[in-house]
Amino acid sequence: MVGQKNLKADKDDLILVFGKGCLHAISGIDGEVLWRKDFASESIEVSHIIQSPEVIYVAGFVGSSKFYVYEVNAKSGELLKNNHVALPFATSGESLSVSGDKFVVLDDVRSKIVTIDINNGNINYNQKQVSDLIKDSSGQAVILPSKLPGLFALKINSQVLLIKVTNEGELVALDQIDNTAAFSNALSISEDQHVFAFVQYEDNKIQLSVKDVNDWNGALLKENLVIDHQRGNIEKIFINNYVRTDRSHGFRALMVMEDHSLLLVQQGEIVWSREDGLASVVDVTTSELPVEKEGVSVAKVEQNLFEWLKGHVLKLKGTLMIASAEEKIAIQKLRLRSSEKSKMTRDHNGFRKLLIVLTRAGKVFALHTGDGRIVWSTTLHALRKSEDCEHPVGLNIYQWQVPHHHALDENPSLLVIGRCGPSVTAPTVISFLDAYTGKELNSLSLAHTVARVIPLPYTDSTEQRLHLIIDVNKHAYLYPRTPEAIEILKREFSNIYWYSVETDNGVIRGHALKSNCIHEIVDEYCFVFRDLWSIVFPSESEKIIATVTRKSNEVVHTQAKVMTDHDVMYKYISKNILFVANAAPKASGEIGTATPEEATLVIYIIDTVTGRILHRMTHHGCQGPVHAVFSENWVVYHYFNLRAHRHEMSVIEVYDQSRADNKDIWKFVLGKHNLTSPISSYYRPEISAKSQSYFFTHSVKAIEVTSTAKGITSKQLLIGTIGDQVLALDKRFLDPRRTLNPSQAEKEEGIIPLTDSLPIISQSYITHSLKVEGLRGIVTVPAKLESTSLVFAYGVDLFFTQIAPSRTYDSLTEDFSYALLLLTIVALVAALFVTYVLSERKDLEEKWR
Amino acid sequence: MASFTKSLFLFLFIQFCFSILPSSFAQSPTPGSSDGYTIYGRVKIPSFGTKEFSLPAKVSNVKVILNGGQRVSFLRPDGYFSFHNVPAGTHLIEVVAKGYFFSPVRVDVSARNPGKIQAALTENRRGLSEFVLEPLKEEQYYEIREPFSIMSIVKSPMGLMMGFMLIVVFLMPKLMENMDPEEMKRAQEEMRNQGVPSLASLLPGAARSN
Repeated sequence: MVGQKNLKADKDDLILVFGKGCLHAISGIDGEVLWRKDFASESIEVSHIIQSPEVIYVAGFVGSSKFYVYEVNAKSGELLKNNHVALPFATSGESLSVSGDKFVVLDDVRSKIVTIDINNGNINYNQKQVSDLIKDSSGQAVILPSKLPGLFALKINSQVLLIKVTNEGELVALDQIDNTAAFSNALSISEDQHVFAFVQYEDNKIQLSVKDVNDWNGALLKENLVIDHQRGNIEKIFINNYVRTDRSHGFRALMVMEDHSLLLVQQGEIVWSREDGLASVVDVTTSELPVEKEGVSVAKVEQNLFEWLKGHVLKLKGTLMIASAEEKIAIQKLRLRSSEKSKMTRDHNGFRKLLIVLTRAGKVFALHTGDGRIVWSTTLHALRKSEDCEHPVGLNIYQWQVPHHHALDENPSLLVIGRCGPSVTAPTVISFLDAYTGKELNSLSLAHTVARVIPLPYTDSTEQRLHLIIDVNKHAYLYPRTPEAIEILKREFSNIYWYSVETDNGVIRGHALKSNCIHEIVDEYCFVFRDLWSIVFPSESEKIIATVTRKSNEVVHTQAKVMTDHDVMYKYISKNILFVANAAPKASGEIGTATPEEATLVIYIIDTVTGRILHRMTHHGCQGPVHAVFSENWVVYHYFNLRAHRHEMSVIEVYDQSRADNKDIWKFVLGKHNLTSPISSYYRPEISAKSQSYFFTHSVKAIEVTSTAKGITSKQLLIGTIGDQVLALDKRFLDPRRTLNPSQAEKEEGIIPLTDSLPIISQSYITHSLKVEGLRGIVTVPAKLESTSLVFAYGVDLFFTQIAPSRTYDSLTEDFSYALLLLTIVALVAALFVTYVLSERKDLEEKWR
Repeated sequence: MASFTKSLFLFLFIQFCFSILPSSFAQSPTPGSSDGYTIYGRVKIPSFGTKEFSLPAKVSNVKVILNGGQRVSFLRPDGYFSFHNVPAGTHLIEVVAKGYFFSPVRVDVSARNPGKIQAALTENRRGLSEFVLEPLKEEQYYEIREPFSIMSIVKSPMGLMMGFMLIVVFLMPKLMENMDPEEMKRAQEEMRNQGVPSLASLLPGAARSN
């Protein structure tokens, strides 16, 4: 909708609203729609609405060269007149309104400026060559969208030309500004004074100037300020004014930076800044903190001697209660900084970590899990706008090198993968970062594209992880590009498998490496691959809507599961397992678009090495969106049941039947069991799957499962609900062995009686009364302490907590009373001495007897 | 056509806002329109606010969500909300308000019978005669910490251990006193012969004095 408001509070205060090809006139007094006029049939791209008390002009282009103006009666909405002019050339870009009834637009080759004047419904146009206004007009000209009365700004290369449009429609070049970054809109500070601001780059500084639109020579404000390079270019600027004590006008400017941060500048200083880039997190990984040793800290937290002394003087003041309010705040800060939680070193329990987030602006932040502060932030050079790479997007962030052997003197590093532009055929950029300092170690612009990145389970001697980047032309590229990496890959050549999902065609393919690429230039890091298998889903009845696989770094503690009757079931645990959800094409849209009769949801569990379908299941009358999580041998998914009109969650557990007959003790004695036989992905075991479904009240935005260091602790599902909260639900509620009346033995084992819906216990919201606005994803990371899992939820807000799905069985709870323990010990020691003295005395008495 | 009906809805909505309708359950009687109906409703949150942790219900924090996130609407200060241009069919409306549990609502927008909307809570399958959504229950996000009491300490394993020790230390000698002195002597002698150390000999000082 284009809103157009009459600012000059007229007697009837008409508000014009244009949307979806229809102009509405709304009374400003009572909000009543007075009239409406439909322009949808005219195929006009309405760009301007000019309001006057009697008539309203609606102007816009039809196609790219016909300019139409409609005259509408302001009182009744009646069409009075329409007029049009056909330009002898096509136009490009948006037209800009310069003053009331004048517009400027560029022609399609961007060499001419066209001024269109609609005087009382008559259209006149003038054209002028850009080269008449500026000597060097070799670059592409662009009209900047800043709204300045009587002026417009034309950008050519890095220069900006300010051009005045006279009443006669003549164009006069006013000024030429070099190295301009951004222009603001005009701000009216008094009846006839309009000002605007612009910023220029000057060596390391930037200059902010505020000028009067009519008085070109003098500047109202000229300020120099230094802005951190990491923030990148200035994208936008907005100004507002205040009246100083001497009644002159002062200005403050709000700047939007390339990394999506906001700065408020006043009197040549940055008053405040906000990292709003954190609202658009793209990918998350974690990094361990440095091992504690003398002189190691990530950012220099402390301290020279003076700082140290100052801190102690402050603390002393605090204890003597003579600290002022400001000093108290400083003490608080010091305490927080030196507190256990926010230390910059690795802790024994592994609670302290760095969360490394990649934002959409291409900036990488390291957040401390203790207090959420930004430890470092870097705008990646590779993901900055440049001539080769106009619209870079960050895609993924991976751990590149995690030193264990040299943890003391080597820093871990990260790999960031990005792409120049939104399409998959855009070239790839990769960048390597130091995880402790945020320094960009290296960045490469690659010739190939990126369709998928596969971190391989192998590392080289420097503990760099091997990664395969698959491009759209069916080539796989190995990183790091070292001979050693090639050696490792050659050794594991036949053990590398992956799959690809073609959602549009409904095909899933399995792949393996074949040989080196055949190019004119020999590249031994480039490989071609072959298709091993493919599964083609019938396109008339099924459409892929979701695929989920297991996390590659998940740890499983035990393969066996003991049943109530002392029977053993063997979990089917394979890393190469894929969950696929297909919906009927008619019901692949949103809820409310399909009837239960035409909706089906088909679930597959597929082995990605052999392409074998391990399990298939159909839910009739159900549809997506499907959210799923795969862990160990089970998958939990959330979908919508149209018949009951409720959301449902289902669980499928997969068991290996071929190991089930190992229960016979004689087989063990005689050595006829197959427990020692190697497990191979080529092997086709007998599978049995158990499944159960339950109702779930809420819509879901994301599902994750807790992960712990050894995988012993029972699991909890973390469900990001539509209300932007994160609910922790015990996996025990999603157990196919639940029955209506569990036996005593089953109850003792912890099997919950079957209910038709999953309980939502409000205390188990791990976000408590907080909300993670715009929740998009949940990430779980194991702590070193087995009972604890770290949870990071991101959206517009960021949320971090640590949870213990089976309570903290391996450590004392936070509310454990150490005082009581001490008191008991003291009491015991005292009792010991008292009783000792008493018994001594008694002994003596006895001896005297 | 779509825009025309949309504009009509806007008009109707404004009219609706400024006129007092007896029922909040209104439906646009759009003549001849094939796509797009308007769902009006009202969210009512009883402001008890008497309980300890319940936050004051802020109307601006309440969201009404259609079809799992397809569209989001907010409440007017008096609790009314509306969705425009909703196609005929069966839809799902969820209300998100911190501190309250709302049941999702199944909304049937009839195509054959324009002007007819049926609503039912999906949690308990209760039909709504009036489209007024009320929370099923309040949500307590925090567990209430148990107040400190002597009994809880005594009942804790450590308390029980201490109690037992006190009994042993102070009551056992009393029991011993009631025994026959000669019998006691004999028992003590026996003990010494067997080499079972007494409490006194356990302590280093006592051992030396012996």
